[in-house]
Amino acid sequence: MLDKNGIAKRIAQEVKDGYYVNLGIGIPTLVANFVRDDIDVDFQSENGVLGMGPFPFEGEEDADIINAGKQTITTLAGASFFDSALSFSMIRGKHVDLTILGAMEVSENGDIANWKIPGKMVKGMGGAMDLVASAENIIVAMMHTNKRGESKLLKRCSLPLTGVGCVKKIVTNLAVLDVTENGFKLLERAPGVSVDDIKNATEGSLIVEGEIPEMN
Amino acid sequence: MINKKVDNVTLALQGVKDNMTLMLGGFGLCGIPENSIAHLVKLNVKGLTCISNNAGVDDFGLGLLLQKHQIKKMISSYVGENDEFERQMLSGELDVELIPQGTLAERCRAAQAGFPAIYTPAGYGTEVAEGKEIREFDGKMHVLEYAFKADFAFVKAWKGDEAGNLVFKGSARNFNPNMCGAAKITVAEVEELVPVGTLDPNHIHIPGIFVQRIFQGEVYEKRIEQLTVRQR
Repeated sequence: MLDKNGIAKRIAQEVKDGYYVNLGIGIPTLVANFVRDDIDVDFQSENGVLGMGPFPFEGEEDADIINAGKQTITTLAGASFFDSALSFSMIRGKHVDLTILGAMEVSENGDIANWKIPGKMVKGMGGAMDLVASAENIIVAMMHTNKRGESKLLKRCSLPLTGVGCVKKIVTNLAVLDVTENGFKLLERAPGVSVDDIKNATEGSLIVEGEIPEMN
Repeated sequence: MINKKVDNVTLALQGVKDNMTLMLGGFGLCGIPENSIAHLVKLNVKGLTCISNNAGVDDFGLGLLLQKHQIKKMISSYVGENDEFERQMLSGELDVELIPQGTLAERCRAAQAGFPAIYTPAGYGTEVAEGKEIREFDGKMHVLEYAFKADFAFVKAWKGDEAGNLVFKGSARNFNPNMCGAAKITVAEVEELVPVGTLDPNHIHIPGIFVQRIFQGEVYEKRIEQLTVRQR
């Protein structure tokens, strides 16, 4: 079974040379730590930064330079700043190659719910609805089950949706799966996790074809 | 040169009244019009509808207006980090319309650019699209979203000149340029107001035509919401 860093590390393998990547808050943010340093990747932050770098050294923080999580950041050589409309032009116009975000639920047809729990304080969707409605390549990073042990990979989402039919790939603490026309297709198992463990933790249709390799 | 300079925040906010709709730039506490917000508190105008990506924190940004119950309705994409906001929202005192961030930006830009509405794929199939016109383009579904109509836009820039030309810094740019010229009156506050001719025309982010009033803010706290650093 993977921890959050393990999920991020596996997703980092999906980040290819020349990609512009938008990372959501939570596990997706960790992906940047594991991207190979022999490839060129630019990270976009929807509040208006392309070419995000690491956190600043203490004392070098600048209140005017933050990421979408409102954290102080730095920029790398070749970075740029821009307004919010242009930022979402990059996203909506499909100029961003890969979007990685967290989710509360994903359904077998690729619907995603990650912004609202009825009865609880709603903070808002931020840029998530724009990202999922437009990106061609969306990977969801999440735990396979919620805190109550219930599956987050469902036939249909029970929570209010963020977007419909948009998720292509899911990496959880248990498995790597593709979202296909016929349901969740199991591609890889996390170390020490059996196909049966994954079946038991998946409510939606799970397609298992042949031997399922352990991820490396 | 058409001079847009006003001497102080009092003159800059002249004409702001109860029940108006205001646009306010900023992302979190980054790039917010601090001086204009402080003066809105002082004016004690009530029943405001505020279009702003976020609603500040309890004791800074738009949170200051919430504390004094000056806001009737917020139109935002994300409103966490504010207990008073939550209390007013749950008690029904405050009306909240949550919309996707890109839609918020584009509804501002549409108003600025003279488009009555735009089609966006964001929110299709979700509760955000309920009751809205849906149209298919190239096999993909889109939601009709209208341009905002606002009385005042309050924006904050790094530098500006007396002609109203603006230059922003870092990610403090965010929604500010999109709100310029998107309301009946745009008020720009800047950290540094310079004489005309000082700014290189090649480096202007927003031309003065989109700005009606410009003033230099007295003080900028520029509070950091999430200080994150790494070890040397």
